[in-house]
This record gives sequence, C-alpha cells and structure tokens, in this order.
Amino acid sequence: MTEMVHGALPVRAVEPILPRWWRTIDRWSLTAVFVLFGIGLLLGLAASVPLAERNSLPRFYYVERQMLFGGAGLAAMILVSLLSPRTIRRLGVLGFLGAFVAVALLPVLGTDFGKGAVRWYSLGFAAVQPSEFLKPCFVILAAWLMAAGQELNGPPGKGLSFALLVAIVALLAIQPDFGQAALILFAWGVMYFVAGAPMLLLVVIAGLAVAGGVVAYNGSEHFARRIDGFLTPEVDPRTQLGYATNAIQEGGFFGVGVGEGQVKWSLPDAHTDFIIAVAAEEYGLVLVLAIIALFATVTLRALMRLRRERDPFIRLAGTGLACMFAVQAIINMGVAVRLLPAKGMTLPFVSYGGSSLIAVGIVIGMLLAFTRTRPQGGIGDILVKRRG
Amino acid sequence: MIRTPLRPLARILSARSRGENPDRIEAENLRLRHEAMRDRARARAEVRLLMLACGFVAGFGLVAMRMGVLAATPVAEPRRSGSAATIQAQRADIVDARGRVLATNLVTHALYAHPRAMVDPVRAARGLAQIFPDLKEDDLLRQFTGNRAFLWIKRRISPEQMQAVHEIGEPGLLFGPRETRIYPNGRIAAHVLGGATFGAEGVHSAEVVGSAGIERAYDARLRDPARLDEPLRLTIDTTVQAAVTDVLRAGMTMLNAKGAAAIVMEARTGAIVAMVSLPDFDPNDRPPPPVSGDPADSPIFNRAVQGVYELGSVMKVFPVAQALELGHVTPETMVNTQGPMMLGRFRVRDFRNYGPALSVTDVIVKSSNIGTARLISAIGPVRQEAFLRNLGFLDPVTLELSEAPTGRPKLPRRWGDIAAATISYGHGLAASPLHLAVGYAALVNGGLRVTPTLVAGAETPPPVRVMSEATSRAMRTMLRRTVTDGTAKLAEVAGYALGGKTGTADKMRPTGGYYDDRVMATFAGAFPMQDPRWVVVVSLDEPVETSGTEARRTAGWTAVPVTGEIVRRIGPLLGLRPVIEPSPPGGVIPVRH
Repeated sequence: MTEMVHGALPVRAVEPILPRWWRTIDRWSLTAVFVLFGIGLLLGLAASVPLAERNSLPRFYYVERQMLFGGAGLAAMILVSLLSPRTIRRLGVLGFLGAFVAVALLPVLGTDFGKGAVRWYSLGFAAVQPSEFLKPCFVILAAWLMAAGQELNGPPGKGLSFALLVAIVALLAIQPDFGQAALILFAWGVMYFVAGAPMLLLVVIAGLAVAGGVVAYNGSEHFARRIDGFLTPEVDPRTQLGYATNAIQEGGFFGVGVGEGQVKWSLPDAHTDFIIAVAAEEYGLVLVLAIIALFATVTLRALMRLRRERDPFIRLAGTGLACMFAVQAIINMGVAVRLLPAKGMTLPFVSYGGSSLIAVGIVIGMLLAFTRTRPQGGIGDILVKRRG
Repeated sequence: MIRTPLRPLARILSARSRGENPDRIEAENLRLRHEAMRDRARARAEVRLLMLACGFVAGFGLVAMRMGVLAATPVAEPRRSGSAATIQAQRADIVDARGRVLATNLVTHALYAHPRAMVDPVRAARGLAQIFPDLKEDDLLRQFTGNRAFLWIKRRISPEQMQAVHEIGEPGLLFGPRETRIYPNGRIAAHVLGGATFGAEGVHSAEVVGSAGIERAYDARLRDPARLDEPLRLTIDTTVQAAVTDVLRAGMTMLNAKGAAAIVMEARTGAIVAMVSLPDFDPNDRPPPPVSGDPADSPIFNRAVQGVYELGSVMKVFPVAQALELGHVTPETMVNTQGPMMLGRFRVRDFRNYGPALSVTDVIVKSSNIGTARLISAIGPVRQEAFLRNLGFLDPVTLELSEAPTGRPKLPRRWGDIAAATISYGHGLAASPLHLAVGYAALVNGGLRVTPTLVAGAETPPPVRVMSEATSRAMRTMLRRTVTDGTAKLAEVAGYALGGKTGTADKMRPTGGYYDDRVMATFAGAFPMQDPRWVVVVSLDEPVETSGTEARRTAGWTAVPVTGEIVRRIGPLLGLRPVIEPSPPGGVIPVRH
C-alpha cells in the first residue's frame, strides 16, 4: 500500500547498463588506453610545436586539435564498448558496405594533398581516410563469415572473406597504400589462423615467403640494395632514421629533460611516425618501456580474455582487432629502432592524427565490447551434464 | 542427389517402430555434434591464441630490447663523412724513367655554399664576384636567396683565393678538400700523360679519374689502394722529351707547319724515350674535345699515335728489305729505272729522271719510285702484305695509351698490282709515325719486331724476327748512305752516325685527289748507325721552307734538318759518346828508326 501511494522506485529485472558495463569491461585495458592518450598529448606539447611554427599556426594548434579529436575518439570508444556484440556485428557489416564504397570511389572523389597517393576525402575542417574505418569493419565482417562457416551446413565463410580481402587489398594497392593493405592482410591471416587454418598450409606459405624473398634479393638489384642498406650498421645521420636513432641514443635511460629534445626540430614526422623518438629523447627509455608495456597490456589482456570466449564470432573479431592494433604499434616503433624498413604508420592513440584517432577509438571500443566478461556457461559441468 | 542419412540410424529406427517422431532425435543429435565441434574449435583456438600472445610478447620484447640497447649505446660523435660509400680520392704518382715526377697530387679546395646558413648573402655575393671575376654578383645573389640548401660555386680554387674567401667571413661559404692532379712539367709529355678529371664527387673528397692517355689506360692501377705509394714509372725521359719538344716546336714555327710529331724509341726494346705531338696542351687544364672542325687538328689529338698519314718515300725501305730478304737482289744489283713505268693505264714517275738504271742502294739513296715499284712487281702484293703485316703496319699499334686503338691504318680496298706499286713508295697505305718507328726499329736492330711501350718494366711480348741479320745490316748501310750522300744530307751530325730515309707525301684532298702544295714531310732513321740504339721519327704537317727563291717542301729541306738538330741535342742527353773520326794524318809523319 505504502509503496503504491508513495510511488516507490520500480525494481528492474535486469542490471542497469552502466554498472554492468563497469563490472564487465576490461578496466585495465581501458586505463591503459587513457594513459596512452595522455602520453600522446604530453608528447604532442613538445613534438608538434615546430610543425605549428613552420606552418605559422598558433603554437599549440595541433595539441588542441589532438585533444578535440582524441576526445571524440575516446567518446566513440566508450559508446561502442557499451554495445552488445550482436549490435556491433550489424553496425560493422553496414559500416563495411559504406567504407568499401567510399574506398572504391576514392580515385574519383578523393584528394591526395600533394602527397602522391589518393587516400583522403577532404571535409574542409578535416581529412578523412576511409580505409581507417574499412579495417575494423572488414575484421567484423570476416569474423562473421568465418564463424558462420564453422557452423554445420554453413556458407563457405573463409573463401568468401578471402575474396573480399583480395578485393580490398587491390583497392588499397592502387591508391597506393601498402601499409594499410599489409595490416588488413595480417589481420585476416591471424583470424584464419585462429579459426583453424591447416598447419601444413601455414608452413608452405612461410616457405614460399622466404623463397620469394631470396629470389627477389638475388634477382633485383634495387631490392637487394634496399635490404643491404637496411641491414648495414651504418646509418646516414641526415635521414629521418638517422635522426631518430640519434635521438634515442641521446635520451639514454632517463631522457634529456622535458622540452629539451632536439630531434623534433629536424624530423618532419616527429609528431606522427617518429613520436616514439621524441619520447625517447625527452623522457628516456623509462617512458618508452612504459608505452610498450601499455600496448602489450591492451593486446595481451584482450587475447587472454578471448581465450575463454566460446562464441566463435566474438573470438575471431576480437583477435583480428587486437592483433591489428598491436602490429601497428610494433611496426611504428620497430621502424624507429631500425628493426623494420621504413614505412609510414602511426602509433595508435599517441601519434597526432584526426580521423585515425576516431577510427582507433572505434577499434578499441569494439575490442572492449568483445572482451567484456560474459557468462561462458561453466564449461566443466555443462560438458559433464551433456555427456551424461 | 545424395540424401544425407538420418542419424543415429539405430535410434531412429527404434523410435519409428515405437511410433515417435524421428526428427526430434535428429535435431538432438545435430545439436550435440555442433556442441562437440565448437568445443574442438575452441580448444584449438585457445592454443593458437596462446601462440599469438607469445608472438606478440616476443615482438614487444624485441622492440623494447632494441630500444634498451640503443639507449645504452653512447652517442657517437658526428662523423665527418656520412655516407657509407667512401670515395677513393688518392691516386699514385707518375714518374719518368729517372724517377722525376710527371704527375702528382696536391690538396686544393672546392668552394660550396649552404645558403640557409648564410648571414649576409648580399655581402657574400659581392665578395665572391670580386674574387672570381667570372661569377656574376646577381646570379650568386639569386642562388643564395633562392630555395637551394646547397650549391657548388667553384670546383677548384687556389690557396690565395681560399684565403680571400675566408676573409669575407661568411659562415655559409664552405670548403671541401680536393686531391687535384698536378702535372708540374706543364705541357711536356702532355699527350702521353693525357689528363685527369673528377669522378664521383662529394663534399669531403672527390674521385680523380684519368680522362685520357696513360692516366686513363692505367686508371685502375693508379687508383689501386694497395699500390698508392708506388709511383708508375714510365720510359719517357723528361729531359729528352723537353729537348725534342723544344726543337720540334722551333722547327714547326720556322717552317710554318700546322702540326708536327716526333718519336724517339729504343731500337732493341721498344721503350719510348720521347713522344711529342704539336700543337700540344697543358694537361693541368685539358681542353675539351673539339665540337667542330677536324678532330685531327685539335691540340689533344696525338699525331704520333692517332694520326695516320700516307708517309711517302720513307716506306721505300720495306720493299727493298723484302727483296734483299727474298734473295731477289743484292745492294749492288742494278734496277731498271727508265720512266715512266706503265702499270696498265697507271704511270709511275720519279721526282726527276735518274737515268736508265740505279743500284738497289741508289734506289734508296736517291729515292726512286720506279725502282721500288720494279722491285715490288717481282715480289707481288700477297707477299708484300704479309711482310707489312709482320712489321705491324696493318693493325693499330698496341701502346699503353687509351687513344692507341684509334690509330688504325688505312689500307687499300683492293690490294692489287697497282696498290702494291704505290704502297712500295708510300702511297695508298696510311699509318702513324709510331708504326713507322716500329718498322724502322726492326729494320736496324737486326730484324726483330719489338712492341713499343711507355711503362718501364712493362711485360711486352717477346720480339719477333721479321728479317735476317744480314738484311738488317745491308739496310743500315743504305740508310747511312742516304744521310752521307743522298736526300738527307742536312741530318748529318758529326759523331752520331745518323742514318735514315726521307719521305715527302702529297696530302690527300678530302674530296679526292692530291694537293699540289701541301705535303707531309717525314724523316725516319736511327743512330748511331754502326750499332743503332735509338730510332727517331720526325714528321711535319704542311711545312714550307721559304729561305730560297722558291718554296721548298721536300723532307730533305724540312724534316731532315729538324731531325739533325734533335739528334744533336739529345745525343749527349742519352749518354751517347760521339765517335769523332781522327783527322787524316797530314802534319805528323810516323818515323821509324
């Protein structure tokens, strides 16, 4: 009676959204992402000033933009992580259609900003690179196809996703954007691997890659020179790589001090591709190791959580996204320390970038949604019950 | 169509017999199989995800380790040369037979600018324009204020100029050291040395590459890092070379010749002691190849090696030697010289009528075309060609100069009887003075064909016998007689017993036929004739001697006196002791007791 009269709060049957989100989300990874973004802003305060001065803009113009886009990216991440895997799958597949059309229309409507490759749509205030959004959407679609292919009487998911992969790689190669193409190829390969690729096939592919490399090295002088140049211990101190190496050495273990670094003045890409060199010079090995640890945390925690996942779609999609994220970070840092040949690739969340920040926010949002704790049906007892 | 059987068949059959719906059993079975498959896939995925995780741990670990290694390495001092490819700037010296330097290196500087580092481009441009009159102040200023980060201003500047540029005090003007090739003797032996230029060029050093002559032919040897301290020794003797150049230049000026060449070669070894071609050039500032006109008139053209000319009567000695060698004649045999001699419609004439017959010796001494044509008609073109091939007249001479292969003799298209006759007195076959030197060396040194060389201690093929000692001896007598009694009297140098043969060849018009008033005058000989040690060849291009009432162009009045003067000058330099014949006993009468 009292309750009827005084209008007590209705009790919901299900748990409210935010508490459930907070309880099930991978809070360690979430924290790591926020810290990474904070480090990016901190480095941007130093690294992007020379560029702003060169372009006669306010000194912290790029930092402000980074905050704007980063804020949008983080918001997108949290929003996406609130969604259920099923919603994400639907949006992802729709997004794939949109992004695919956008990439396909690039040669007609895109601009190259005088950089030689047509990769962007100019929206006036910002440039959008549709392939950034195509990457995660493709991962979702491919995971869906592969998971469906695993069902009894399912469609040939692996074959279909492979056909799509070839189409996308071809589209990216004509831009040309071999970096993104390689990333997508890698993500698909990882998903195929987890979905149960035959080991023999993997060994054969690895063998072919090695043989192809040897043939290219012996057959093409240009290729051989590139590789030799990469392998020589000598590095021309006047190249970007030379500056980056020198910066890391200058930094030593604890850095030369906040804002004291010199490399940002000589490197044109100090705020994007070589941000890790700025970090190494000003804050030393300590910060670099911290950044690496943060990336490793996000990646490894995601993979470990996905191990327990019983839904094949979630497992595959999560794997693809996590690996794409990790490999991008490894390539970016590997180039700066000359483990890998030079290839322009940004460091996720840390490097300056507009649409790429939002895209990576969506990627991690999806990953967080997929790695949320959900009932996995207490494997042991269910199996016992079924067998009995 | 293949029907999938219902499973498990046993249960379904029994259910059917009990009247139950078998679809439920089928569905249950399908669900169980699905579960099992998922469990399998999940177990496999668990392993593979673990493998992936390990891979990423390794990847991140590798990057972290590499970062640690880099951070732990102390910063290297900025290096002087940044690029991995080093430039081999050093080059070995070249010295003459007695070790005197012919070519060496000197550190000079190149001047370049970093316009972005400039403090006062206007002042720098004005200062440079004052120091280097060939630079325009406006051009410099435009370059200094443009977009360029780097520009060369001067490839080579002297120490004085460098000091003057220092005094501008502009930090954007910089100097790069340059090993510059220096030829301290200037024009002497210019054609032998050739020249050098910069190859691959960097700020801190530049490659010095031979561009012609022995510098180019021996480029690899001179730049061999293992042999930089060991100079390349030539057979050239600088003093002899200088004396020959001196006399030849004087002769060329006096006789209004447009060019001249001379070779002094050791008769037994082929070592070239002096080789001169005029007009010459300064290898320190080698002129570019001519773009118009006849390349053979350019100073960089080596007339002694590259120039092939119809040499005229100097070639007469070869048919005579061959006739002696074949036993057709002896030096005293009389040869019919009744002119003109008819070969089909072609007539052979002499310079003047020498009467109905001459001895073989007199054919050389007086230089009778008809005489040699008669001798060769007995020998025939085939044997003549073989003999000349053995003497090296049909191929370019091998010599350690990059230009040597271009001295290719010009041969008649059809080597018939008429060609044989004209070649016997030096027309119809064009060869270089060096060919002639090799041929005369064989004639006088006892019959051995030597390979000419410019490099001391060079490994040359062993000499080839082309005629007998006796023939050579007879030829020496004839050649000596030509100087004492014949066409080359002006070449008599007391005590040095020079012998040789003159040749005056009308020059060919480029349009065909011969000029009336342009000749190539040549003298080829050897000294001392009792035991010849040096072959000397002198040729003058279009000389004319005008001291008399009429212009004289024959070699006897042009090449011969020049050769005589050359021998007079170089005899003592070569260490040759003159043999002065004792004056005939007149005043003192030996008495016997």
